[in-house]
Amino acid sequence: METESRKKTILIALIVSLICSVLVSVAAVKLRPIQERNKELSKIENILELSGADYKDVDLFEVYKKNITPSLVELKTGRVLDETEYNEFLNVRDFDIKKNSEDENYGRDVSSLPGVPKIKRAPRYMPIYFVKKNGELKKIIFLIYGKALWSTMYGFIALGADLNTIEGLTFFEHGETPGLGGEVDNPRWKASWRGKKVFDDLGELKIEVIKGKVDLNSMSAKHKIDGLSGSTITTRGVSDIVRFWLGPEGYGEFIKKRKEAR
Amino acid sequence: MGKYSKIILDPLVDKNPVTFHILGICSALAVTSKLETSIVMSLAVLFVLSLSNLSISIIRNFIPGSIRILIEMTIIASLVIIADQLIKAFAFELSKELSVYVGLIITNCIIMGRAEAYASKNPPLQSLFDGIGNALGYSCVLIVVGGIRELLGSGKILGVNILRPINEGGWYEPNGLFLLSPSAFILIGLLIWVVRTLKPEQSEEE
Repeated sequence: METESRKKTILIALIVSLICSVLVSVAAVKLRPIQERNKELSKIENILELSGADYKDVDLFEVYKKNITPSLVELKTGRVLDETEYNEFLNVRDFDIKKNSEDENYGRDVSSLPGVPKIKRAPRYMPIYFVKKNGELKKIIFLIYGKALWSTMYGFIALGADLNTIEGLTFFEHGETPGLGGEVDNPRWKASWRGKKVFDDLGELKIEVIKGKVDLNSMSAKHKIDGLSGSTITTRGVSDIVRFWLGPEGYGEFIKKRKEAR
Repeated sequence: MGKYSKIILDPLVDKNPVTFHILGICSALAVTSKLETSIVMSLAVLFVLSLSNLSISIIRNFIPGSIRILIEMTIIASLVIIADQLIKAFAFELSKELSVYVGLIITNCIIMGRAEAYASKNPPLQSLFDGIGNALGYSCVLIVVGGIRELLGSGKILGVNILRPINEGGWYEPNGLFLLSPSAFILIGLLIWVVRTLKPEQSEEE
């Protein structure tokens, strides 16, 4: 009796775990392609939103291919990588921030740099997206990220061809409080970034999100963005993220080089 | 009233898992800052609870007493993972907002509670209906709380402006408190008060 009930217990446990593991595996494997596609679509949609290309009711991938040229840039030198240099780490289509940051050769320790948006390690190479219309460069979109109040926020910032005027900002992944910090998704707030200038005439990084409303009569109004009420820490995080990535430790070298070349 | 309709309707008000049994409060606080997330969470719980009750009830006579809870947990956890994967595949935008909370359905006391209290003792069909009924009871509370929080917290219902907020050129100053978890405590407390005033037989004895 004793051994029989023990056998039965083990048998039932085995059967139940087997059935459950098969169900879970099937769901995970079958749904993975759809989930991956969702992630890629969401990223492309964000890039297209910033690019200003018309993508409603058309094939996103087509519009993306036609208007956007993705590239990788070496942050230290500002050099745009050639596609022949792409490898497992350097790949703009499946660029993995985490994997690159952790790697000895492709990532670096940034925790002690001034003004870093609470990230420990960052990649040495980052993806940028050239937006072209009829062969003419219109905008450049930069991938940016960093920690705000609760979460690491991932987003894009688009600069005009002068590499100074902001054409738009959007976060495609964040976990800030809906309705408070989550208002970074509010179209009105995002629109308030458009037309602001990142650098002053001397090339100093001036862009900043301030607490409260910007005084429109002040000289520096074109560098300042209204903070969101009730989300001081989130908006300070956004400010740090933008300043870090457009600054000398981020895309600064790339921006400087391109300005000099013109 | 038929046997099955009673099983489904009882948990809506009379034996509501949230207001009567005070179960599942944690998730009711976490996901109700918007109506849309409340609805998706309700659907996920409906899926998990009805199927977990059904499958546990089918094998209830084979489950050895010593590993009963483990078996129930395994089934519930598997269903939750499947629900999570489905939401990530077919409601990607919402899955970003629900984040970890779908996974945390595993710890929702209602599900384990119904498996233990009902499904392990009753036949499959009744257990299925009991699962549906309790999930709907939970949904009622989530939807009421989510609706009130979204309306007062951001002036919207399902993302559509009802009370036009100031930052969109309207007159309504959104009450940020309603977007934070404590407001759900207050609302659920008020809800329990209302239900128990209307149905005094639910009150515990002094």
